[in-house]
Amino acid sequence: MTTETLHTRNLERARESLLVPAGIGLNELDQVMGRMLGHQIDYADLYFQYSRQESWSLEEGQVKSGSRHIEQGVGVRAIAGEKTGFAYSDEIVLPALLDAASAARAIAHGGRQQTAALAAHNGSALSLYEPADPLLSLEDAAKVALLERVEQEARRLDPRVKQVMASLGGSQETIFVMRSDGVMAADVRPLVRLNVTVIVEQNGRRETGSSGGGGRTDYGYFLAEDRALFYAREAVRQALVNLEAAPAPAGTMQVVLGPGWPGILLHEAIGHGLEGDFNRKGTSAFAGLMGEKIAADACTVVDDGTLAGRRGSLNVDDEGTPTQNTVLIERGVLRGYILDRMNARLMGMAPTGNGRRESYAHLPMPRMTNTYMLAGDTPPEEILASVKKGLYAVNFGGGQVDITSGKFVFSASEAYLIENGRIGRPVRGATIIGNGPDVLKRVAMVGNDLALDTGVGTCGKDGQSVPVGVGQPTLRIDGMTVGGTEE
Amino acid sequence: MGAIIAKDQETSSLEDLATQALDLARRQGASAAEANAGFGRGLSVTVRKGEVETVEHHRDKSLAVTVYFGDRSGSASTSDFRSQALSEAVMAACVIARHTAADPYNGLADPAHLARAIPDLDLYHPWELAMEEAIERARRCEEAAFATDARIGNSEGASVTTHDGIDVYATSHGFLGTVRASRHGFSCAVLGEDGQGGMQRDYDYASARDARDLPDVEEIGRRAALRTARRLGARQIKTCQVPVLYEAQVARSLVSHLVSAISGPSLYRRSSFLVDSVDTALFPAGTHLYEEPHRKKGMGSAPFDSEGVETRTRDLIEDGVLRRYCLDSYSARKLGLVTTGNAGGVHNLMVAPGSEDLAGLLRQMGTGLFVTELIGFGINHVTGDYSRGAAGFWVEGGELAYPVEEITIASNLRDMYKGLVAVGRDVDYRHNVCTGSWLIERMTVAGA
Repeated sequence: MTTETLHTRNLERARESLLVPAGIGLNELDQVMGRMLGHQIDYADLYFQYSRQESWSLEEGQVKSGSRHIEQGVGVRAIAGEKTGFAYSDEIVLPALLDAASAARAIAHGGRQQTAALAAHNGSALSLYEPADPLLSLEDAAKVALLERVEQEARRLDPRVKQVMASLGGSQETIFVMRSDGVMAADVRPLVRLNVTVIVEQNGRRETGSSGGGGRTDYGYFLAEDRALFYAREAVRQALVNLEAAPAPAGTMQVVLGPGWPGILLHEAIGHGLEGDFNRKGTSAFAGLMGEKIAADACTVVDDGTLAGRRGSLNVDDEGTPTQNTVLIERGVLRGYILDRMNARLMGMAPTGNGRRESYAHLPMPRMTNTYMLAGDTPPEEILASVKKGLYAVNFGGGQVDITSGKFVFSASEAYLIENGRIGRPVRGATIIGNGPDVLKRVAMVGNDLALDTGVGTCGKDGQSVPVGVGQPTLRIDGMTVGGTEE
Repeated sequence: MGAIIAKDQETSSLEDLATQALDLARRQGASAAEANAGFGRGLSVTVRKGEVETVEHHRDKSLAVTVYFGDRSGSASTSDFRSQALSEAVMAACVIARHTAADPYNGLADPAHLARAIPDLDLYHPWELAMEEAIERARRCEEAAFATDARIGNSEGASVTTHDGIDVYATSHGFLGTVRASRHGFSCAVLGEDGQGGMQRDYDYASARDARDLPDVEEIGRRAALRTARRLGARQIKTCQVPVLYEAQVARSLVSHLVSAISGPSLYRRSSFLVDSVDTALFPAGTHLYEEPHRKKGMGSAPFDSEGVETRTRDLIEDGVLRRYCLDSYSARKLGLVTTGNAGGVHNLMVAPGSEDLAGLLRQMGTGLFVTELIGFGINHVTGDYSRGAAGFWVEGGELAYPVEEITIASNLRDMYKGLVAVGRDVDYRHNVCTGSWLIERMTVAGA
């Protein structure tokens, strides 16, 4: 399918499911916009959303619970300078839309209603995934059977596996955006995810391991290439490693980060600090560093919303801007910000397709999509061999950053000591802390093994959650603070 | 007290809706069902650098239903209250119940434990706050912050929020309970520069059921500025093992980790470092934690839990010893125990304060680390391993010596609880868990 055809079809689908049932056509959209647009309102948009999601969860060998959730509504936003007025309704009907428009525009006083008709036209969008409906892609009985197979595989692998928890979730979200510049955009977004956590026990000691994956596709993804069973194996492997783990060291040392999910480093240390809102307001530790050298020459970092089928990808963002591949750091030099429309306009820059929102009931903000570092040319074995004494961290739980001071943390869920260039014994409980604006200056080696994560990331900002991706090659960073308990 | 107020229309229609959902479930052949219907509205205003930044009008509603066909269950929810959407939600729950496994521990709460009388806990004080007035207060809050310290030159803004709502819970075995509650607050976050290119941010906030119980908005701005200013010039310290004092607002997280470790699902899955620990001493003698769900105007007050089970004042830790778990009906049945009225969580979990205020605890610690902020998620609930990013102050001679950042603090939660030297009387009542500051005997600080 060509890009144009997909977007045209998505626009039709979105109108059919969101607007037509409410009797809302171009005239009505025009009327709602007209209520907001006076000479003090610079920009306004309407965001219609309909989403269906489900989740199934297994514990103790049985799928005991499942739930289905339907949500719909419309968010109405008006912007005057740096002011934003926002209201929403979970009923898509014209009177509710007009009320929301009146509430949103109350931030600006005076002004006349605009009478000229909106020059409504279709915007453009990418074609990164099909408008699949994950919920219908597999019979309910087969969803249950899939989780049961995951559980059986985990138990089959090792008798020390005492508990398996697995969950399967899917959603389909249809959105329609109408902007005051006349652009209309739509998207139909599938998303699936499968997670496995196991508890293993040996001589009274218990440990845990987790794995999972997903993307913008349907449940068939987990059946292909035995992915679901791979997650089960991976969770068991990680838990068994942790059974042997000793307490992590404490102090500053050389750290080697594995490929893929450890890219959460870039998300926390770099990505958030380059979001436009924080930089426009001067609250980010990166404010004023554009064009400066902030990383080693070997580091090029991008935020790329255009990867086919990835969890963080979007055909079009929540403001109707097609996503793009934005260079954030090019050979060590800070080159780009992550921008939504409002911050781009106020900063005199072009939007980068990063205007995202959790739902119609939330305001859009600049948010990451898939953030990763490009590959270098050193084989990973060579990187490990170069370390006399350090930490090798390959899997992580969550991370967090203080945007203003630049300090960030992320916690290893699988890590090993490195001794004389060799991977040594596993360690547990290692949280790594660093300083965003200088951590990449300490990157000494960049691997040739770029990998993206398996599709499990969720990013939280101001109480809003959105799916994201991360990735990186193996990296050696000289001098990070590792927060274990052993001095 | 005791006044009889006619039910308002919103409450009646939510109660009708929940009842309709139960009827639909029965007609689909469900042997039992429960429904939650809720409605909320609010206003949130943020002012930054003296100008309005955002005005958000909130209005949310939802209906959630769980159906039981014998021992099988399914759930669904919708934000659309039209009758067709309601039927579809109930149908979706019934379809799911056809595929889930029969689980003998499933089902509604035992009728014997349901709340019979529903006390008025004084939680509902709607605030008719005009947008202009909210903007004016937020502006005053931020102005007070800027006026407090010349080094405060930037801001993330000051906010004023108000929210109120109604929640109805109904079951097919005859329970119908309605709670109306409100929540209002001020918050302010400001930035300062240390003159050497380093920036710090900190914040303060207030939260109350009744707007009349909020402090002066200027007070929040001033405290936010003082909190930020004292962090300027922060540096790393060397790796060491020292006593750590958790300020009340971060000490609360240690109580939350405890609650999570003694909650039903963590126990029956044996995924907690505190399995089989009832009647064992987790804390030093004298430590007392108890729930007080009926506290008037309490931020965590609830007349019944999310299954309709009666809540009451109960000890959790008595003289250092864990007296019970936090259970809902399902996990209680699985563990062969009785529900503790904790479906949906704890309700005003209070840590009995000690005799010292914050200054007294700093003196008691002498030399060590005073932690005012934590970041990251470095807690392993299966082993109790604990390692989080921290910021705060190095303390010498019982006084703040200088601000500290880019460090982690690590230990094991079991050792931290055992090593609780003192709890302050500086109790933070802004949340569901209310505690003063905690002085922990010793932790590993990782730094330079």
